Amino acid sequence: MQNTKIIVGLGSCGIAAGAGKTYQKIETLIAEGNLDIKLGKTSCVGMCYREPLVEIHDATGVYLYGDVDESRVSEIIEKHIREHTPVKEYLVKTDLFPTPDDTFLKDQVKITLRNCGMIDPEQIEEYEARGGYEAVKKITAEKLTSADIIKTVLESGIRGRGGGGFPTGMKWKFAAGYPSPEKYIICNADEGDPGAFMDRSVLEGDPHTVLEGMIIGGYAIGASDGIIYCRAEYPLAIKRLNIALGQARAKGYLGIDACGIAGFNFDIHIKEGAGAFVCGEETALIASVEGRRGMPRKRPPFPAQSGLWNKPTNINNVETFAGIPWIILNGAEAFAHYGTEKSKGTKVFALAGKVKRSGLVEVPMGMTIRDVIFNLGGGIKNDKKFKAVQMGGPSGGCIPEYLADTVVDYDSVTATGAIMGSGGMVVMDETTCMVDVAKFFLDFTCKESCGKCTFCRIGTKRMLEILERITNGEGKPSDLDELIDLAQQIKENTLCGLGQTAPNPVLTTLRYFRDEYEAHINQHKCPAKVCKKLLTYSVNEAKCTGCTVCARNCPVNAIDGERKKVHSIRQDACIKCGLCFTKCKFDAIELS
Amino acid sequence: MRINRINKKTPTIDPTVSNFSEIDKLLAEYKGRKGTLIPILQGVQEILGYLPPRVFQKIADATGIPVSDLYGVATFYAQFRLHPVGKLMIKVCHGTACHVQNASAVSSAIEEALGVKDGDTTADGLFTLESVACLGCCSLAPVMMIGSETFGKLTGSEAVKIIKEIRQRETSTTADLVNNK
Ligand SMILES: Cc1cc2nc3c(=O)[nH]c(=O)nc-3n(C[C@H](O)[C@H](O)[C@H](O)COP(=O)(O)O)c2cc1C
Ligand code: SF4
Ligand code: SF4
Ligand code: FES
Ligand code: FES
Repeated sequence: MQNTKIIVGLGSCGIAAGAGKTYQKIETLIAEGNLDIKLGKTSCVGMCYREPLVEIHDATGVYLYGDVDESRVSEIIEKHIREHTPVKEYLVKTDLFPTPDDTFLKDQVKITLRNCGMIDPEQIEEYEARGGYEAVKKITAEKLTSADIIKTVLESGIRGRGGGGFPTGMKWKFAAGYPSPEKYIICNADEGDPGAFMDRSVLEGDPHTVLEGMIIGGYAIGASDGIIYCRAEYPLAIKRLNIALGQARAKGYLGIDACGIAGFNFDIHIKEGAGAFVCGEETALIASVEGRRGMPRKRPPFPAQSGLWNKPTNINNVETFAGIPWIILNGAEAFAHYGTEKSKGTKVFALAGKVKRSGLVEVPMGMTIRDVIFNLGGGIKNDKKFKAVQMGGPSGGCIPEYLADTVVDYDSVTATGAIMGSGGMVVMDETTCMVDVAKFFLDFTCKESCGKCTFCRIGTKRMLEILERITNGEGKPSDLDELIDLAQQIKENTLCGLGQTAPNPVLTTLRYFRDEYEAHINQHKCPAKVCKKLLTYSVNEAKCTGCTVCARNCPVNAIDGERKKVHSIRQDACIKCGLCFTKCKFDAIELS
Repeated sequence: MRINRINKKTPTIDPTVSNFSEIDKLLAEYKGRKGTLIPILQGVQEILGYLPPRVFQKIADATGIPVSDLYGVATFYAQFRLHPVGKLMIKVCHGTACHVQNASAVSSAIEEALGVKDGDTTADGLFTLESVACLGCCSLAPVMMIGSETFGKLTGSEAVKIIKEIRQRETSTTADLVNNK
C-alpha cells in the first residue's frame, strides 16, 4: 500500500456533483482505517459527465474512477485498496486496459488544459514540477527581448480565444508600440456566454499558467500592471487566483524585478465584475474597472493607444494567456503544427446540452463538429436525433445537423452564420424548438443591452416581441420579413459587438429552420413540442389512474373527473400552464 | 434594457443600520484610490446584504462621487440590490444549457412550492428567488445555487426537495439557538 495516492477532482462542477462529500468520506475512511495513503486535490480533467472523479495511483498503475459518490467510496476503498482488486465497473480510465471512455480523451490535444486535472492548483510547486514558470526563466536565460517574444507569438499564429479571433501577436505589437511609463495588460475572465465554462475551468484548474501568460505578455508590451477582470459568479476561481498570486509574489515571479528581469516591475490584481454581460466587451470592461457604468465607447482610439485610465492597454482572454507559456517554451512551430491554414493550434470547447458526455475538450483546430460531438461527446443523450449545435452564444448561431462536417476554425464556422466565439457548444436534439432558442437569446441580449444605441436597446425588444408572438401562436406571415429587416438595421446601426451580433441567433435559425417558424405561424404548431401555448393537453385514458392530482393542481379547474375514474380536460377552459403535465406521476397527461 | 433593473416598488424604510462602523472602515480603506467605486458597493452589500438609500449619501460624502453617479452604477450591474433580500439566495440558472434542459420547470416548481415569483423573498425572509444566466456548471444542467452551494441535474421536484431540506435545517438551527438561550 506504500506510495498509494488518492486524488479527488474538486472543480466547481465536481463540487456541485458532490466531490466535496466524496473527499471528506475518503478522508474519514483513511483516518478510521489508519491507512497509509496520501490524499490530494486537483481540479478537473474535463470529464464533467462522470464527476465526482477520483484517481488512485498505486504500485500497479493509475486508475480513474467516475461517479464516485459517498456510497461508492466505501466499496472502492474496500476492494481496490484493501483487496487490491480494482472495481472495473466504475473505472473511467486506466493505463492497463481500454475503457469505453477512452474515446473522450484519445483525440484531444492538451496545450491550454495541459495541467488541468493533473496538478493541485493551490500548490505552485506542482505547477513548477510540470514545466511551470520555465517560460519566464527562458526569457532571462536566453536574454529574450520583447521583440523576440512578439515574433514567436506572431509566428505561432495564435488568435484571440475570447471570440474575436484577432491575432494575438499583432495586438501585442500595437501595444508595445505605444511607450508609456503606465501601461496595462488585462485578462478578460468575464466569460459571459451563458453555456460556456472554459475560462472558469482553466482558472480553477491551472491559475498559474494564466499568470505566467500575463507576465510574458506584460514583459512583451512593457506593461506596468496586470489586471484580471473576473466575473463574480466564479468564487472558486477568484479564491484560487488569489492563492496563486500570493505564491507567485512570494517566489518573485511578480513584484519588483519580476522573474529576476532587472527593471521589470510588474504585479497583477483581481477586479471582480458585478454582473453585466456587456462588460466582456473591452471598452466596457475598461469603464467598469474605472468604476463607471460598463458602456462601450467608439473605437478608435483602440485600447492599445488609449485604454484604462487613458493609458495604453492590452486585453486578452484567459485561454489566450493560458497557451502562451507553452508556445514560448515549445516554440511557435510546435503550436502552428496543429490546426488549419488560418486557425492555428488547439481550441477548448465546453460541451453541454443534449450531449452524452458533457465536459471540457481541447482539440486541434480543423476537427469536424461531428467528430467533437459524436467521437468525443459520445453522441446525443437518450439516442435522440441530433438537430443542431449552438456556437458563439448570444453572438453566434445554430449550425444544423447537415453542416456538422464543418471543421472548427474561425473562418469555416463564420461561413455558417455562427461564430467560433469563446468555445461554448450547446448541443440540441429534436426536442429543442429553434424558435424558442432564438427567443431565448434575444431575451438575453435585450436584457443585457447597455442601452446606448437605439437599435440595440429598442430593436432587440421589437424582435423579441415578434418572437414572443410567434411562439404564442399569434404570428403573422409578414413577421419573418420584419425580423430580417430589423436584424439588418440592428447590425448596421449599433456600436459594439453585442448589438452587431445580437440578431445572429435569429438569422441562423431562420436560415436553417425556416420550416419551424412557418409551422408556428401557419399551423400554430410547435414541432418540437416546447412552446406551451401551442400544445394541447389531454388525458391518456389507458394511463390515468384517477389519482386526482391533475384536477387538484389545475389553476382554472379545467379538469373533470372523480377519484379512481378517468379524468378529462376541457380544452376551452385550459390555459396551457402545463402544471397537470408536470404533476401527473403516471405520465397520463399527453402533449400534442 | 438595463433600465428594467430600476425597481419601481416604493423603497423600503431604511432599517436602523447598526454596523455603520464597518462601512466607515471600508470607506477609509479605499480612500484616495481610484477606480474603487464598484469594490466599495460590493463591500457595502457584503456587509448589509443590499444597498439602502442612506448609504449612498454616505459613500458620496466619503468619495466625492455624486449620488446620481452612484445610483447609475448601482442600477447598471445585476449584482447590486436596492432592497433587502432573504437569508439565502436561490439562483436558478437560465443559461443556454440549462434553458434547453428545462430550467423553466425548475423555476416554476420552486415558485409554486415557495409561493413567490422570480425576484421575490419568502414571507419568513429565508429565501429570495432569482434567475441568473449561467453558473458555469453547464454540464450538470439544469443547475441552481443556494447560498454558496451548487446543485445540478435537477428536476422541479428535486429542487423543491432540496429547498425543503434546507428550510428544515435552517429553522431547526434557529430553534436550537433560541432553546439554548
Ligand atoms: C458583448 C461582448 C461580450 C464579450 N465577452 C467576452 C468575454 O466574456 N470574454 C472574453 O474573453 N472576451 C469577450 N469579448 C471579446 C472582447 O471584447 C475582446 O475581444 C477579447 O477579450 C480579446 O481577447 P482575445 O484577443 O484574447 O480574444 C466580448 C465582446 C463583446 C462585444
Ligand atoms: S450595441 Fe448595444 S450594448 Fe453595444 S454599445 Fe450599443 S446599446 Fe450598448
Ligand atoms: S395545462 Fe394547466 S390549465 Fe390546462 S388542464 Fe393542465 S393544469 Fe389545467
Ligand atoms: S467537472 Fe470539470 S469543468 Fe465540469
Ligand atoms: S447554462 Fe446553466 S450553468 Fe451554464
